[in-house]
Amino acid sequence: MTTNPNHFVAPVEETPLLATDSKITDQAPLSLWAEAWKKLRRRPLFIISAVMILILTVIALFPGLFTNVAPNENCQLANSLGAPEPGHPFGFTYQGCDVYARVIYGTQASLAVGFLSVICVLIIGVTLGAIAGYYGGWLDAVLARLGDIFFALPLILGALVLTQLPMFRENKSVWTVVLVISLLAWPQMARITRGAVIEVRNADFVTAARSLGVSKFGALLRHVLPNALAPVIVLATLELGVFIVAEATLSFLGIGLPPSIMSWGNDISGAQAAIRTNVAILLYPAAALSITVLSFIMLGDAVRDALDPKSRQR
Amino acid sequence: MTSDIRIEESGSHQAKPLLEIRDLAITFKTGSGEVKAVKNAHLTIMPGETVAIVGESGSGKSTTALAAIGLLPTNGRVSGGQILLDGEDIANASEKRMIELRGNTIGMVPQDPMSNLNPVWKIGYQVKETLRANGKPNGPDDVAKVLAQAGLPDAHRRAKQYPHEFSGGMRQRALIAIGLSCQPRLLIADEPTSALDVTVQRQILDHLDTMTTELGTSVLLITHDLGLAAERADKVVVMYQGNVVEAGPSLELLRNPQHPYTQRLVASAPSLASRRIQVAKEQGIETDELLAPADAKTVAASDELLKIEDLTKVFKLRSGFGRSTDFTAVDNVSFSVKRGTTTAIVGESGSGKSTVAQMVLNLLTPTSGRIVFDGVDTSSLGRKELFKFRRRVQPIFQDPYGSLDPMYNIFRTIEEPLRTHNVGNAASREKKVRELLDQVALPQSMMQRFPNELSGGQRQRVAIARALALDPEVIICDEAVSALDVLVQAQVLNLLAELQSNLGLTYLFITHDLAVVRQIADHVCVMEKGKLVETGATDDVFESPQMDYTKALLNAIPGASLMLPPEVA
Repeated sequence: MTTNPNHFVAPVEETPLLATDSKITDQAPLSLWAEAWKKLRRRPLFIISAVMILILTVIALFPGLFTNVAPNENCQLANSLGAPEPGHPFGFTYQGCDVYARVIYGTQASLAVGFLSVICVLIIGVTLGAIAGYYGGWLDAVLARLGDIFFALPLILGALVLTQLPMFRENKSVWTVVLVISLLAWPQMARITRGAVIEVRNADFVTAARSLGVSKFGALLRHVLPNALAPVIVLATLELGVFIVAEATLSFLGIGLPPSIMSWGNDISGAQAAIRTNVAILLYPAAALSITVLSFIMLGDAVRDALDPKSRQR
Repeated sequence: MTSDIRIEESGSHQAKPLLEIRDLAITFKTGSGEVKAVKNAHLTIMPGETVAIVGESGSGKSTTALAAIGLLPTNGRVSGGQILLDGEDIANASEKRMIELRGNTIGMVPQDPMSNLNPVWKIGYQVKETLRANGKPNGPDDVAKVLAQAGLPDAHRRAKQYPHEFSGGMRQRALIAIGLSCQPRLLIADEPTSALDVTVQRQILDHLDTMTTELGTSVLLITHDLGLAAERADKVVVMYQGNVVEAGPSLELLRNPQHPYTQRLVASAPSLASRRIQVAKEQGIETDELLAPADAKTVAASDELLKIEDLTKVFKLRSGFGRSTDFTAVDNVSFSVKRGTTTAIVGESGSGKSTVAQMVLNLLTPTSGRIVFDGVDTSSLGRKELFKFRRRVQPIFQDPYGSLDPMYNIFRTIEEPLRTHNVGNAASREKKVRELLDQVALPQSMMQRFPNELSGGQRQRVAIARALALDPEVIICDEAVSALDVLVQAQVLNLLAELQSNLGLTYLFITHDLAVVRQIADHVCVMEKGKLVETGATDDVFESPQMDYTKALLNAIPGASLMLPPEVA
């Protein structure tokens, strides 16, 4: 039929027509979380950090499984700064207590402070951030200024001041440390949540939900928040590590956990006196702290990569 | 003038093609192995000729062009074939050689005028940068001359402005100025106007035509719009799934498409379809079967379901220190929509058409005026009545990527309206969702999937199913097909027409695309800058537009000047 030599037609056999607008659908359905999990599963960074966090959690929950030396009993001054010996692999502290047992038992306090602070920060920060971002207006302005006030206080300086308040000074415990940290650290979480919520709140699917009759608050809970959670989760994992360090710092300064509670911060503080004679007793709790914090930060990095919306297939 | 020299130069190359692409294959490295984006591309551009590559998204048309200018993304490479520029194979040329060629010999006008100018540099500086990189004189006068040639008035002053001070059309002119500043022999224009309004698009393309003819530049035009390609190019190359499936002189290809894909494309290109209706009308052929929603017209009910009276919306624009200026987005608009018909609101960006839609959906409160739905003023509705109103009026949005919650699977998405309105129990809701999926021709196995696993057209079908879940009477389509590829667009429009005749739906269609209006609407309202310019039955408005603005819009439909046989369908 074609007569024009310039008119080229590809052979139909070589360029078969596919059904218009179809996508391969032979694999299992994938939600965002399932997809992120699939990506995470194969990342060495995630596997290493997850295994380490798992081990740390088991140590924190059942310290007795890892040592049968009671950390605070049988401390004999005769052993002060003693070298490692069978049954006491890390040696002895200034007070003659077993370093290994103290490091193992100290895990509990550090992780507890980390997890509890993150939970509190999530509750305060996500609630306030979501409300500020979603409703905007004067509510946003007030909450943003409130956040800025806390933001301007450096964590340690703020904690120094707060812990001098009688109500904190007299009841030093894990909870007071958690309270102080959460009070000073929520604005960052609120900011991240606010930004993520603002990004999502104008999405078409929110308008669609509203126009089918979902209430304004319902749309926030059901559509906006779930879609704004990814950066929040990443920040939460990263902050876990930061809070554990904060607890150690506060305890080191003597304003964190009371000496009666074993924690790495307290141990590092106690090792100061012996730093010239036996560095090892400083090194072990410090190493435990570093490994823990590193694990959480690595986990946060891996989770961020997995939840990165840019890497999602459309 | 330099253009004279150019013409002489190109004349000496007359016998040889300027650019010849032979059996080109391009491979991309991705997370899941190597993907062949282009398999078998070939095209020839003679000096001074305009060639268009047409294809849908993912057909490999942009990739082919990027390979010709050596700007493939880092994970892509030419894995076979040749790209001959003046007989020199540049498919795997060194970066140094490509830098020599770019600007001087091959220029490029990128797609998106909003993101392709650097917002921190003045326009003049960005032109100067190009001139300097190619060793051309680059004083302020040279820069102004280049800008003036691209049709920017008052070029000296404009050169000192930043991109955000330019409108979309002016930015595109600036990009064209940059692309042509060094008088390249080949200009690659990648969808140069798809982000612009039709009237601006027409001006820019006209100007591009004039300039390239003057300079004797060959143009490789990349577009998804077959009508536009046929109107602007000497030759059209159709790409599909990385292959060139058909190539030939534009009109020949349109009138006599051979490959089944081209045939489909010609049949469903909206600009051509509306042209075909026009031709058929002129020849006195009954066009009922050409107009998709013909059945709807026979619906006897002629009551006014939706009546809009003197609708006005004023936005307060903040200008600092508590002051604000008024911006009238919608100015005294009145029209009515009859039950079972399709009314289209047409306008360019900023015409206020979407604002009207938002007010009809009761998502924005009108500043003044009334929206009467089925005899009731919607602004007087209480909470409960509003909730009921929402059941009867449903929207479908433009962006099928954005209108579905990525966290919800398809079942939950379609079920949500039912659950929100407490319709039935879990079992009956599931049955309803299955029915709805059938209605929009999606397999029921789709229920457990998530939006990111679906293609654009499938997502839009899901959005339609969700809109239908509550058995609404009115559906408001806000640019509902604009983001879809031509063939998919045709399918979705057919689906909408089918649903209308089966369910007696009333559509309010918001769009910028007059060609689509011609295919689907019974009545048209043309809006310009917030004001209603012209209303009427679609055929009347298309055949005898009264206002200049409507005429300009109609003339700007690409392919409007083409002569096509009416019976091709």
